[in-house]
Amino acid sequence: MSLGRRDFLGLGVAAAAGVAMAPGVRLIELVQARSPEEAASALQRWGLRIDTAKCTDCEVCVTACHEENGVTGHGRPATDAQWIRKVDLRDKRTGHAQTLPLMCQHCEHPPCVDVCPTGASFKRADGIVLVDKHTCIGCRYCVIACPYGARSFIHESVTDQKPDVPRGKGTVESCTLCVHRVDRGETPACVEACNRDGGKAMVFGDLNDAAGELHQRLRKEQSSPLRPELALNTGVRYQHL
Amino acid sequence: MAYIHYRPIQGRSPGFLALLGALAALIMAGLAAARYMEHQGHYVTGMSNQIVWGTPHVFAVFLIVAASGALNVASIASVFGRDMYKPLARLSGLLAITLLLGGLAVLVLDLGRPDRLIVAMTHYNFKSIFAWNIFLYTGFIAVVTAYLWMMFERRMNDYIEPAGFIAFFWRLALTTGTGSIFGFVVAREAYDTALYAPMFILMSFSFGLAVFILALMAAYRGAGRPLGDLIVLRLKNLLGLFVAAVIYFVVVYHLTNLYFTGRHGIERFVLLDGGIYTLLFWLGQMLIGGFLPLALLYHPVSRRSRRAIAGAAACVIVGGLAQLYVIIIGGQAYPLDIFPGKDVTSSFFDGQVAAYVPSLPEVALGVGGMALAIALTVIALKVLPFLPRSLADSDIDADPAEPGKERPAAA
Repeated sequence: MSLGRRDFLGLGVAAAAGVAMAPGVRLIELVQARSPEEAASALQRWGLRIDTAKCTDCEVCVTACHEENGVTGHGRPATDAQWIRKVDLRDKRTGHAQTLPLMCQHCEHPPCVDVCPTGASFKRADGIVLVDKHTCIGCRYCVIACPYGARSFIHESVTDQKPDVPRGKGTVESCTLCVHRVDRGETPACVEACNRDGGKAMVFGDLNDAAGELHQRLRKEQSSPLRPELALNTGVRYQHL
Repeated sequence: MAYIHYRPIQGRSPGFLALLGALAALIMAGLAAARYMEHQGHYVTGMSNQIVWGTPHVFAVFLIVAASGALNVASIASVFGRDMYKPLARLSGLLAITLLLGGLAVLVLDLGRPDRLIVAMTHYNFKSIFAWNIFLYTGFIAVVTAYLWMMFERRMNDYIEPAGFIAFFWRLALTTGTGSIFGFVVAREAYDTALYAPMFILMSFSFGLAVFILALMAAYRGAGRPLGDLIVLRLKNLLGLFVAAVIYFVVVYHLTNLYFTGRHGIERFVLLDGGIYTLLFWLGQMLIGGFLPLALLYHPVSRRSRRAIAGAAACVIVGGLAQLYVIIIGGQAYPLDIFPGKDVTSSFFDGQVAAYVPSLPEVALGVGGMALAIALTVIALKVLPFLPRSLADSDIDADPAEPGKERPAAA
């Protein structure tokens, strides 16, 4: 069978169109997942719900966080960094005892971001509060301003850093909500560990996603932020506190 | 009015050189301390994740606050038109700059990343009072330098008054900014108050004038130039007024906190059972920094004595350092009230008063900043004619409109 000139041209145009359009069609597929180049979006607001009634004496969240982020101590509790810590509470009047994990609360209006002179402390569009390690000058004003004591200043050289989690002596750091995992569509290390080995006290999710588990739980069950009088609209909320 | 003859100091005596040598040694020690802290990391200091601002910040804030206050003498001359203070205006402007440079040096060298100073100069978050302060501090140096130039350059003398106005308002803004570093912190009960802005302004009046009086007395004594009672006694009265005003603000601050039940914890901590902070508050800030200088300045036996006036000024400085120690370090040592009504424990020292002991490198850095301020002043006095040849009573224009209560008997 011989191909006429007209057919040849027609096929050529179709092939060219296919080649030209294929990447576009592929792009539509890619839009469904967030690529590393894509900026965080304000359509999402990442958050946590912590049920203190389910939080047990274990420290799996702390261990998992510090392993995931390469946060190691030097045996100096006053100056070693802590991104998440277990806090034990006892009611002064009734003696009722509770325990809970405390970390950066990822405020909508973070005082640490307000006070940072260089803008190194910043909030991503999706509500995750971070420190830009390249512009932090180590003034520690954010450590003073944080109402939750969530930040640590790096008092000595750090070694064996994780590729996803840059750290450096002389700068300030805190819980990143495992932003590197969240960007890959995973949950923070503390939540994963708690649900695997702990009391299943933590739920991570998108506060804006009406169909999501976090949104649904917060809608049905009473919860509250820490230091609500400051009106910071934290991304972390506690139940049964 | 009498013509004022300004002359540089000679600065050739063994005493002068010994002073410079001692200051240089202290500055070197401060630099070595900064290098050590930067190289090792801040764990070698007394500071921690609970007390992130320590002794260097006490010295730095003192110097910065005193810097704006030291300018007051010049302001009184050019803004409030008191001719008697005119011969002192140059020294006043000089101290404003040198004290600020000393304070800023300490602040910058204590940063976790002092090498990133250029970042602080190129990246600004204008919601941060710290970022504003960077402009207020550098601008202050520029404004006061211009002000000094108007004083030195005869053909610019006509502009002294407007320059003085600008410098005066700038200094008020600067101290408002410094006080607000603490006043704007909503997280901590010792801070979070608008009162810190005016309180820091009054503290600057008091600390700055105390430093000015000591510098004036030391310079005239060292240079062997006459310094009459007229000026000294006038400055003394002013110092007394400022010391009393600072006490007033401290009383209002604590009374307000005592009225709020939620702040009884921090008040109890500072006033009653805070250990070193309570001791520094009552003994350092109130007694040595407040009541003792007032007694020295106004008691009939001591109020005309140069030694008592110098002693009172030194007390104000010691008390000022104690006051800033209580505000800066005590304010951080008192635990955050994240869980009201609960006893709190954790491995991060939640619910506990944070421990802090000043370390040698911190003290060396702070003292080095003070030495830098003094050294810059001393060198400037030798290089340029900052000081009038004589401040004897006969060479001074006393303001007829404002007769001093403490005029010397002979005048």
